[in-house]
Amino acid sequence: MTPLISIQKLSKSFPGVRALSDVQFELMAGEVHALMGENGAGKSTLMKILAGVYQKDSGEILYNGQPVEFASPRASQAMGVGIIHQELQLMNHLTVAQNIFIGREPRGRFGLLLDEDKLNAQAAEILARMHLKLDPRAVVGHLTVAKQQMVEIAKALSFDSRVLIMDEPTAALNDAEIAELFRIIRELKSRGVGVVYISHKMDELKRISDRVTVLRDGEYVATVMTETTSVEAIIRMMVGRTLTEAAPSERSGPQGEVALEVKNLNSGPLVRDVSFSLRKGEILGFAGLMGAGRTEVARAVFGADRPTSGEIFVHGAKASIKTPEQAVALGIGYLSEDRKRFGLAVGMDVESNVVMSNLQKFLSFGFFLRKLAIRETASRFISLLNIRTPSPTQEVRLLSGGNQQKIVVAKWLARDCEILFFDEPTRGIDVGAKSEIYKLLRALANQGKAIVMISSELPEILRMSDRIVVMCEGRITGELSAKDATQESIMHLATLRETTLKAA
Amino acid sequence: MTTTRSDVATLTGEGRATTLRARLFGPTALQKLLAFASLILLLAFFSFASPVFMETENILGILQATAVNGVLAVACTFVIITGGIDLSVGTLMTFTAVICGVFLTYWHLPMWIGVVAAIATGALCGAISGTLAAKMKIPPFIATLGMMMLLKGLSLVVSADKPIYFNDTENFYMISQDSIIGRILPAIPVPNAVVIFFALAIAGSIVLNRTALGRYTFALGSNEEAVRLSGVNVDRWKIAIYGLGGAICGVAGLLIASRLNSAQPALGQGYELEAIAAVVIGGTSLSGGSGTILGTIIGAFIMSVLTNGLRILSVAQEWQIVVTGLIIILAVYADILRRRKS
Repeated sequence: MTPLISIQKLSKSFPGVRALSDVQFELMAGEVHALMGENGAGKSTLMKILAGVYQKDSGEILYNGQPVEFASPRASQAMGVGIIHQELQLMNHLTVAQNIFIGREPRGRFGLLLDEDKLNAQAAEILARMHLKLDPRAVVGHLTVAKQQMVEIAKALSFDSRVLIMDEPTAALNDAEIAELFRIIRELKSRGVGVVYISHKMDELKRISDRVTVLRDGEYVATVMTETTSVEAIIRMMVGRTLTEAAPSERSGPQGEVALEVKNLNSGPLVRDVSFSLRKGEILGFAGLMGAGRTEVARAVFGADRPTSGEIFVHGAKASIKTPEQAVALGIGYLSEDRKRFGLAVGMDVESNVVMSNLQKFLSFGFFLRKLAIRETASRFISLLNIRTPSPTQEVRLLSGGNQQKIVVAKWLARDCEILFFDEPTRGIDVGAKSEIYKLLRALANQGKAIVMISSELPEILRMSDRIVVMCEGRITGELSAKDATQESIMHLATLRETTLKAA
Repeated sequence: MTTTRSDVATLTGEGRATTLRARLFGPTALQKLLAFASLILLLAFFSFASPVFMETENILGILQATAVNGVLAVACTFVIITGGIDLSVGTLMTFTAVICGVFLTYWHLPMWIGVVAAIATGALCGAISGTLAAKMKIPPFIATLGMMMLLKGLSLVVSADKPIYFNDTENFYMISQDSIIGRILPAIPVPNAVVIFFALAIAGSIVLNRTALGRYTFALGSNEEAVRLSGVNVDRWKIAIYGLGGAICGVAGLLIASRLNSAQPALGQGYELEAIAAVVIGGTSLSGGSGTILGTIIGAFIMSVLTNGLRILSVAQEWQIVVTGLIIILAVYADILRRRKS
């Protein structure tokens, strides 16, 4: 039997990063093939090449045994490859039918007016084939996320897709909805559609997939039968990288008193009953998969989002934090994972950003800026953190990612914060700048700052943390001391879902 | 220690050099230069085309006409740099003039109280717009559109739809029409309105570039969420900035009331668009984050020189409006081109 899709020796690089190298992958008709790997393993890149979003650098893609090029999303759609992105791409104000046939609306007699009846009839037909009870005239924005996902699937099927790629389809679904989704996937399977299923959730893989292919750091690891492979074996394949750069940095001696204590914090679906404590001079690692709720915990503690319940103690005193302003007044700083959106005013210069959270300190008569003092402070941090910028008045957007990150760090150091949340501090930063950030973090901890480091890179967590808290789906699933933690034990906790817990 | 000092000094010197270079040749500066060059070109063209144009009386007329619109444009500059917009500046100007009239003519209070009342009313109304935008999250366009109509109506209600004349306050006309400079140098009788306009522009420029309020004005336009997450009380600053804009509108209200020696309640609508046009021609980006007072002033002069010059050349008023529209479109397109390059 010819595979539906066969990929050989596929490589793809982005400036500075080798995203995929010599990767192979195979999809049979009527198969559900799971694609696994840590964050950044190359799953999304691979799928985006199939969907025509990216072009491959080298290698071969065979579709039904024929070599093909997926030159654009339109081209791969026309060839029968449909993709359902993690973030749904629907127009919320249009109806189900209008969404399914967007850009291909049936026209009336003179090709002028749209034929709404025909549109709805065709949509109803597709929905019926999926055995789905859904009104084609319903407005998509009013549907549940699960139903919206079904609309995406219907849209993909309306192209007569033979390959369906699903990227984390169950991320926002509850158990009943997941069951419904799996019913439809099996339905598609029986009709010979090949499904590529990307997920982090081990229990789902066991339920739905036939084979699993594991990628790690952009390289192919193995393809195995799901039925005969244990979850532990799959996790081992995912994380089994050699820790070359992971020599743990020297740790400080005994740690100080508790700087921050969080009790039973709740905020939205991704912060559920979270409790932890943080000592002075300590780096507490927050591990977990994407969407586990780590950023949300930091934002809730920092007052960026309002928690629904829970208590926060800062240096032993109960604190009421409703706005970032109050958090900062208590000496808490938050360095966002998305520097450009939440951390920096990139159109402004370096010195303006450095003093942004502490401008009151640089005013005369409480009103006029003391420009010289600002310049001196900025210059001090530029040399202290080794920020490479031609001058303190350089616009931040012209600097590299690593230097931008250091400016965010400088901003919070200028404010003299005692408790610092670093959210993915090395994302998008090259290797050299990474190790500088690591040194900086450790130096700060040694000075007695209390640090929370959120990271999706396990080697980074293992290298930097004194203690590790692991989250999954908004809950803390475990805490590990640095010397006991391994990639496997963290990964185990990071995939410990509530349903799995109940079943066990 | 010495090394650190000299390091700072070097960096400072280097910084200054870069700033100077950026000021002269940076993209913003380039547009300012472009605007300035256009202004010079317009002046040259009109003085060549008509001998009347360069006569002292006409020049004074242009200055006088620019004063009110220029002050409103300064108010708009602050709000637009935050990434917002203020459509209510025109009718707010009228409303403050009417309030001033109420204090001075209806209630016979001393002139300084009328002046304070006008500016305070402006600040209050601006702060209300700011509160609507910051606290209630109403988009500034809608919030100030509402304020625009609301204030227009209030002006008519308070004045019973009739002009209020400042007959009881003898010296009121002097605010705008007298010339302190003229008393010292009779050769150049520049009216006070122009002096007030320039003084306000200089003060505005200092506030924008040298105070915390000015710094946050740019910061809000650059990345409001990042400012909030820096622990800054974003709402309070936004209200303050709109409030400042309103207070400046109060000054404009005094200038126009003094010039007409009356508060004309039906006046005001349309001024906001001229002010916004001046700001945009002056190189301030409507998406926020960048802009200068100097640019705004040049923009305001371009608008009034154009109007004046076309009138002198006896171009029909209808066509004057057409030309003004074209100029605005050209200016905004220049801004887009600049943005695309950077």
